[in-house]
Amino acid sequence: MLLGRVRGNAVCTLKYPGTQGLKLLVVQPLNKYLEPVGALQVAVDVVDAGIGDLCVMVRSREAALAMPEVKFVPIDLALVGIVNELEVKAEEEIDVHLHNGWNNFT
Amino acid sequence: MILGKVLGTVVTTISHPDYKNRRLLVVQPLCLPGESPSDDFIALDNTQAGIGDTVLVNREGNGARQVLMNPDACVISVIVGIVDSVHIQG
Repeated sequence: MLLGRVRGNAVCTLKYPGTQGLKLLVVQPLNKYLEPVGALQVAVDVVDAGIGDLCVMVRSREAALAMPEVKFVPIDLALVGIVNELEVKAEEEIDVHLHNGWNNFT
Repeated sequence: MILGKVLGTVVTTISHPDYKNRRLLVVQPLCLPGESPSDDFIALDNTQAGIGDTVLVNREGNGARQVLMNPDACVISVIVGIVDSVHIQG
């Protein structure tokens, strides 16, 4: 699951059976600091997101499971949540490296 | 399953029904010294983890559906444990 920002709409008249009526949005995948990761992608909207919204997206087979009715459709990216608030620690504050020997976390 | 550090929380009021009443956390996978960390991701919390905790994350949809006891859950990453310690043989 990953973060993404809605950048636009995609309209498509000829579609595979089962995907008619779905809203397609162009999204930019983002990392935890909201920096772009990779190219723009097209996602199916199930939460009524709009342009500019920060969203949680789900990939692969689980994107098709997010559909309200038909669960077996050719979809690999779906918007499943609209982010209201995002709190992230700076990377310097938390060590994400494992060291040789025992690493105690508690 | 992978080891990761919880770096943040995501609050969503409008979300898919499978995500209701559960917390979403930003997880950064851990790496060995000298390696650069891989991309972070969002995971659904099934434990009660918080920012700064080291966690065990299942990143596979079928395992996630079993953990959530919902055969149609559209969830891939689920936090399934809070790690106390890890031993690495160097």
